[in-house]
Formats: sequence, C-alpha cells, structure tokens
Amino acid sequence: MYEIISKKVLNKDVDLMQIKAPLVAKNAKPGHFIILRVDENGERIPLTITEVSDDLVTIIYQKLGFSTRLLGKLQVGDSISDFVGPLGKASHIVNEHKIIGVAGGVGAAPLFPQLKEYKRLGKHVTLVIGARSKEHIILLDDYKEFCDEIYIATDNGSLGQKGFVTDVLQTLYQTHTYDHAIAIGPLVMMKSTVELNKKHGIKTDVSLNPIMIDGTGMCGNCRVSIGGKTFFACVDGPDFPGEEVDFDELIARQSYYKDEEHICNLGLE
Amino acid sequence: MIIKDKVKMPVLNKKIRQTNFEEVACGYDIELAKLEAKRCLDCKNPKCIAACPVQVPIPEFIKLILEDKLDEAYYKIYEDNILPAICGRVCPQEKQCEGACIVGIKGDSVSIGALERFIGDYALDNDLSKNETIIEKNIKVAVIGSGPAGLSASASLRRLGYDVTVYEALHDFGGVLKYGIPDFRLPKNIVTTEINKLRTMGVKFEKNVIIGKSITIDQLLNEYNYQSIFLGTGAGLPSSLKIKGENFSGVYYANEFLTRVNLMKSHTFPKNPTPVKVGDNVAVVGGGNVAMDAARTAKRLGAKNVFILYRRDMDALPARLEEIHHAIEEGIDFRLLKNPVELIGDKYIVKQVKCEIMELGEPDKSGRRRPIGTNKYEIIDIDSCIISIGQLPNPILRESTDKLDVDDWGRIKTNVHMTSIDGVFAGGDVVSGAATVILAMGAGKEAAVEMDKYIQSKKQ
Ligand code: FES
Repeated sequence: MYEIISKKVLNKDVDLMQIKAPLVAKNAKPGHFIILRVDENGERIPLTITEVSDDLVTIIYQKLGFSTRLLGKLQVGDSISDFVGPLGKASHIVNEHKIIGVAGGVGAAPLFPQLKEYKRLGKHVTLVIGARSKEHIILLDDYKEFCDEIYIATDNGSLGQKGFVTDVLQTLYQTHTYDHAIAIGPLVMMKSTVELNKKHGIKTDVSLNPIMIDGTGMCGNCRVSIGGKTFFACVDGPDFPGEEVDFDELIARQSYYKDEEHICNLGLE
Repeated sequence: MIIKDKVKMPVLNKKIRQTNFEEVACGYDIELAKLEAKRCLDCKNPKCIAACPVQVPIPEFIKLILEDKLDEAYYKIYEDNILPAICGRVCPQEKQCEGACIVGIKGDSVSIGALERFIGDYALDNDLSKNETIIEKNIKVAVIGSGPAGLSASASLRRLGYDVTVYEALHDFGGVLKYGIPDFRLPKNIVTTEINKLRTMGVKFEKNVIIGKSITIDQLLNEYNYQSIFLGTGAGLPSSLKIKGENFSGVYYANEFLTRVNLMKSHTFPKNPTPVKVGDNVAVVGGGNVAMDAARTAKRLGAKNVFILYRRDMDALPARLEEIHHAIEEGIDFRLLKNPVELIGDKYIVKQVKCEIMELGEPDKSGRRRPIGTNKYEIIDIDSCIISIGQLPNPILRESTDKLDVDDWGRIKTNVHMTSIDGVFAGGDVVSGAATVILAMGAGKEAAVEMDKYIQSKKQ
C-alpha cells in the first residue's frame, strides 16, 4: 500500500497528491510517469510524475474518469493499492535556447518538470497556459517562480486572453521567435499547436497519454503511430515529435471505451 | 496386458462453458485416476521420463497412486517439479511424456498429465507441503519476474538456503500464469496457493517493482548487495502482423486482450472497472495456445462468431491438442490457410479483415509444409481482431541495462545460464523466446544450481 502524505485541491476538477513511494522516487526523472490502482479491483491508470522529493512522488490528476474520481475521494492518511514506476523514457531535453512550453488544462502538470529542467539548464523559458476558465488554470504560481514569460488564455476570458492557446501563439509569433516548443494537453489542442508551429518552423515535442494497462511494453494497448511506424508509448514515449504523431488515430483509440467509462461513472453518482 | 483406451477426463458441459469462465477439464477422482494408472506398463527403460523437460520419475509416482500412497506420489513429483497442479494442466504432454509413452504406440498414451494434475490437486486440497529443513546461508539473491521461470528458480534457491526476494512488475504474482492463461484452463486460485506455499518456505515477494526502472541491475548488485540475480522476465512483447490497419481500435494483441480479462477481470465489468469489448464477430490470428485461449475467451464474452485465421492447415496448429478439441467443441470456427494482409476500418475502428488464401508447398525448416500465397483473397466482416502470432522478450531490462548482451530477437544471451554480466543469470522465455511453462521451470531450476556454484566459488 502507498500512503497519501498530502493532498491539495487545485480546483474543483483537479487535485494534487504526494504519495509515499520510495522505489518510484529513487530513479525518477522529468518526463517519467507512474501507473496506479486505487483499490484491489482498480484500473491501472497512468499519470505523469510532477515532482519528486525524497520518498515522495507528486501527481496531479483531473477527476474526469471513474478511477481518478475514486482517487479524488481519498484523503491524507489513506492508502492506494498500487503505485509503480518510474515508467517511460525521461524527456528528451534538446539543446536549444529559446523554449516555449504550451499547456492545455491539466497538461500544465506534466509540462511542469520539463520546463523546470530547461530553466535549470539556463534556457530562456516562455509558458503559454490555457484552460476553460480562470479556476481551471493550475500551477500558475509555481510556474511564475521560474518562467521568463507567461501568457494566459481562457475560453471564457476570465483570465488572460479570451480564446485558445493557439490564438495566443499566433499573436506571439508575429513579434517573437522560438527555437523549440513542448505542447502538453488534450489531443486536439496538441494537434492544432503542432500544426501552427509547423507553419512557423518550430519543432514541437508532445507527451502522449494513451490508454495503458501494464506500462511495461507487454500489452500493446498504448501503441501510437509515429511517422508511419508503431511505437509503444509506455516504453518508447510518452514524449514524441509532434509533427509525426497520427493524432486522429490516437483520438479514436482514446475514446474507444467512452461508453464503458460512462457506465462506471454512473456507479459513482 | 495393454489397455488401449484411456480413461477420459470429465469435462464441463459445452453449453455452460460459453457463459462462464469455469475450468473446462474437471480432473480425475481417485477411482478414475487408479483406472488410468493401471494402464502404465512401468517400463524398465521409461521413455516418458527422458521426454519430460524436468525428468519427473513418472512410472514411480503412478505406481504410488495405485498403492494409495498419494502423499508420497506428490513428494516424488515435487522433487523435480514444484508445480504439478499447473504443469498437469498446461504442459503439451502429447509432445513430451505422453508422446514418448510406449502404450501410445498401439493405443492411447497413458494420461500422464491428467495423473500429475490429480496428484497436484490432491496436494492443494489437503494442504500438503513437504517438511524441508532449510539450512540458512544468509546470502541474498534476487529473482526478477514471478512467472514459471522465476518461481521455479526461487524455490530451488530457497531450498539451498538462500535469502530469496522475487521482484514482480505487475500488481499480482505469477506472470503469464496470471495475466496470460485463462481461468477455464488454469484457475487463478491454484497459482495463488502455490505462490503462498513458496512464501511459507520463506521466499519474499515484492510487487510493483520494475527492475531496470524502479531499481536497476547495477543497484541490485551494488546497493542492495544481492550476490547473484536470476532474470526470468519472460516473453511478453507482442509480435505484430505488420499490416495496414493494425492500430485501429478493436484490434488487440492477445496479450492486451487476455490481460484485460485474466488480470484485470474485465469479464466482470463494471464490478471491475477495466472494460473489454469484442462485438459479435471476432477474428483471432494465429494457431498456438494463446490464440486458442483468446478465441475461447472471446466466445465466453458473448461473441457470436469467433474465427481462427491460420495460414497453415489443421495438422500444423502448434496449440496443445486438448485446447484445439475444446475450441472445436465450443464452436470456434477454424478458417485455415488464411493469411491476413490488411485490416479495413471505418473512422479508425476495425470492420473487416482481408485474407490471402494460402496453399501448402514444400516442407520448410520447421518440417511443416510452407504456406504459399495464391493471390486470391477473402474479406471477412469483423467487430474485433485479436493478433496472437507470438511474443518476444520484454524490452525494459535490455534497454536499461548497458552490458546485457541480447541477440537480434532481443533474447538474453547466456553461457551455462550466466548472462554477459558477472553473477547475473537468466532463463525461461527471456532466453529461449516464447516457449512453454515447463521449459521455463526447467531453466529456472538449472540456473539456480549454477547460481549456487557461482556464489560458492566466489566465497573461496
Ligand atoms: S501499456 Fe501495455 S504495452 Fe504499453
């Protein structure tokens, strides 16, 4: 069992938790993820590691699916059944100077350790962060601690520019240039960011979060088409060059069990 | 006198089978077991023993059954095979002991597997365990993977007095016995009970630890002070067909499909929240045990039509005979000499499979007649497709361990069971490529002996 050491409600949909997991913390690097099961019957769900300190691993999750909602019901002192990692390949940190990070919704969580790493290496780091509304923008204060520039977009205009992150980017690109981008968020958001960046000659790393089971390259559930070839996101990713990702295929794979998810969620009402 | 016909094992009614995951082959009772045991000729030069990968003294344990000495029969098997209840169920006996049985020349072979299973079950039901005195060596060794190779290595090492820790990547122990083989062939409680027996013996089990990630081999040796390590990480990486449409939704690798059901228990969805769906028409590609397991599982999940697509003919199917029989009884439709060349989808969801019709040519290296394309095609409507054409060794260890030599297929290279890293041994599917439970167990047992030699030689 893995104990919940602290919990912070970031907004009504998103929580942060610190879990005691020494063997996950031991070798974890930015970009790695974990797989957890809330209880004995639980699904195995992947989540990116946001931060590690000593024995504690920080995760941030959106209470959207059945299992993340179940997780959200737990409190400090409770334990979860299984917590395994670090999984995946650590982020590929490129040797470029002007870095732009693009976060959509809860994607701000997995982006965090990567951007922080770039800053640690002395790069110039810009963040474009977007969400539905002001309440849904997470980790802003933490980002403010190290980012050189921050731009915000919300769908309803309650904070920053009204619109999508791509609207902000479009404006930015008229006056600014960047060497490299990282985009993490919903698939559609990553897809449109990559398309826009392509036009401006900026390479974009994306972090993919397909449905997974084992997370060790055993089942193939997590496969994604990258440049026409099949990769297993759990062992070959989760980061991939955005230009080569077949987003449409992934969007379809991601929603294959939508109806079943709904049935499970009903059980929670 | 030779009794030509074997005593048939009772099986679950066909109709009932399609609605549940209960074990199909019900096993002998003592009367049936003795009747069958009588058929053994107790040969002077028993061919069956030589054909057993771990050389179980078969005629001896069969004789003990006839003498009503069931405890002793169990201990006799246990010396060479710690998991008789499992091997009795999953070994390809017709290719091993039973294939070599002299009685089999003129009639049915003695049902050695069924008798082994009978004894294994008897031991489980009566909680038999051999009272062994273990003389502690107080030397730490690690076993990576809790599948057949790892379990067998850990039992042997423990009996030699080592302090054994087994590391498992998943949340449950047993490896392929848990995630791969379905309940209707190997009920999971048998695996759990056998693992608990090893715990009682003093073997330690750690779940959720991915060696190579959570702890590296280097760290195990240098920080954790394991004097030797056994790698039994198996062959879990699914082979792909490399055809168009393979990444459509509704296309599963057998590993995913079986893991969803066996490990995550999706057949009880939504009680267990991991879903699985097959639809009405399911194509299973491949002809091995895993393909049979997938096909029969799909049927139990409610599929109306399940097709096995296999590029050779019935005689060449690599699956255990018993599984093929059960699959036929359960209405699995064998579409032979069909080779899938494309999966056709709509909005990224699979709808059809296009197969080339094959014919058989000259025998190839495997001795089986080589399938040759005819340039004629057939399209079959499907709702899902399960690809089951083999597995390669799991990739994580080799990717995270610099000095670990592997061959072109990713199989770990060994020399008398030792890998290219001093003190690190390996065995089972990760060395041989996907093979059988018993071969993996045999390798685990042999590697344990070599590990002991290695550690003893270092002490001098
Ligand atoms: S999650 Fe199973 S192979 Fe990636």
